[in-house]
Amino acid sequence: MTSFNAPFHASSVLSLPPALRFEGVAFSHQDKVLLGPCAFTLEGAGPTLVMGPNGAGKSLLLRLAHGLLSPTQGRVAWSGEGSPRQAMVFQQPVLLRRSTVANLIHALAVNNVPRKARAKLAFDALERFGLTACTDTPARVLSGGEQQRLALARAWVLSPQVLFLDEPTSALDPAAIKAVEAAVREFHQRGTRIVMTTHDLHQARRLAGDVLFLSGGKVREHTPAEAFFNAPVSREAQAFIAGELVE
Amino acid sequence: MENNAFYVALSLLLNFDASLFQIVALSLQVSLLAVLIAALLGFPLGAAVALWRFPGRGVMIVALNALMGLPPVVAGLIVYLLLSRAGPLGEWGFLFTPGAMVIAQVVLVLPILAALSRQKVEELLGEYREQFVSLGMSRSRMMPTLLWDARFALLTVLLAGFGRASAEVGAVMMVGGNIDGVTRVMTTAIVLETGKGNLPLALGLGIVLLTLVMLINAGAYLLGELTRRRVG
Repeated sequence: MTSFNAPFHASSVLSLPPALRFEGVAFSHQDKVLLGPCAFTLEGAGPTLVMGPNGAGKSLLLRLAHGLLSPTQGRVAWSGEGSPRQAMVFQQPVLLRRSTVANLIHALAVNNVPRKARAKLAFDALERFGLTACTDTPARVLSGGEQQRLALARAWVLSPQVLFLDEPTSALDPAAIKAVEAAVREFHQRGTRIVMTTHDLHQARRLAGDVLFLSGGKVREHTPAEAFFNAPVSREAQAFIAGELVE
Repeated sequence: MENNAFYVALSLLLNFDASLFQIVALSLQVSLLAVLIAALLGFPLGAAVALWRFPGRGVMIVALNALMGLPPVVAGLIVYLLLSRAGPLGEWGFLFTPGAMVIAQVVLVLPILAALSRQKVEELLGEYREQFVSLGMSRSRMMPTLLWDARFALLTVLLAGFGRASAEVGAVMMVGGNIDGVTRVMTTAIVLETGKGNLPLALGLGIVLLTLVMLINAGAYLLGELTRRRVG
């Protein structure tokens, strides 16, 4: 049983990344409230793992936080001036119909990185994420694990202050999962705020600094990881953890 | 034997008959140039309609789709009226020149390229949208990315446009006038020679036209398949 591995905490992070605050945020579609209203602040070191059963609103929460969707009520606020540099890694990586390295160059180009600097940043990222061998391979013929690593590399070259990951490992095999988790740790060590959804309790135990637990579109609990796994307060989280353990 | 149309047609081809090749060359020049100009205008137009929401967008999509079936003689008539001595562009002196034929074919092909590229780009945008927004891309920045990533689909669209341009006869006949050595292209020559009863020459031209269209399509298909397989 590996579930009591020491959770990953970054004591090495000097300055904390921008804090994210949900102020009474709700999202409804056709008179049906899908999420919220919820209010919480992510200001600790993290990584923050957003957990909960299917349909709890985890992905929705991430999309609202990242600005892909606008809340129908309330607002999403960041500490500091404006909104920070952000990136998102999706469950199904969306890659351009180009070579692996061209995907990175494109991301750099749209972020106005000077032309001369692009290639070096791209190749450094390919090396970091173990993709050097597929530099010129069309991105869409990479394996699932390689595609997700490329999506992480694309986020990496943008040096985001905040990285959202939506179930990034749910379609991957154990080796690929390990690589993604290692990458998440690297982002965290670089001082990026991590907000990641997962339904895998073991993964959450391995990565979480704090846990945001959702069910039925409501935030039931936001506690440090250790407290969440050992003594969940809400009835829903107790049932969730117990349910996972009996499987 | 000499009266056999196929025989005459083949001998014209195999002897590289000069007037025949002049006609073939002009046909290719006119249609390829028209498709190129229509693509430069139509692809960005199609992508823009796919990307932006604006009043009248629905009407525009319906209009573009409907204009894909624009009868060549109507396109010819419109361009004729524009370019005729009394028309608004009469001063250009373009009527009955290859330039006028190019303009008429652009009018014919542009709606095809715009309407079909709009569909292709919109499909791709559905797949890419969240990632694009996540990357902070503006709509105008999305356009070149989408057009490049839709390149294989757009190649097929381009072929559809070329097929339309090289096969039509009404528009080039009206604005070109089928002047021997100046504006005579394959389709107008076929009409003329058939009318004169010179069936072998008409058939020879027909065979050349078919062969060219087949060759261009086969080349584009092979190119598309090879790169598609490579790029996934």
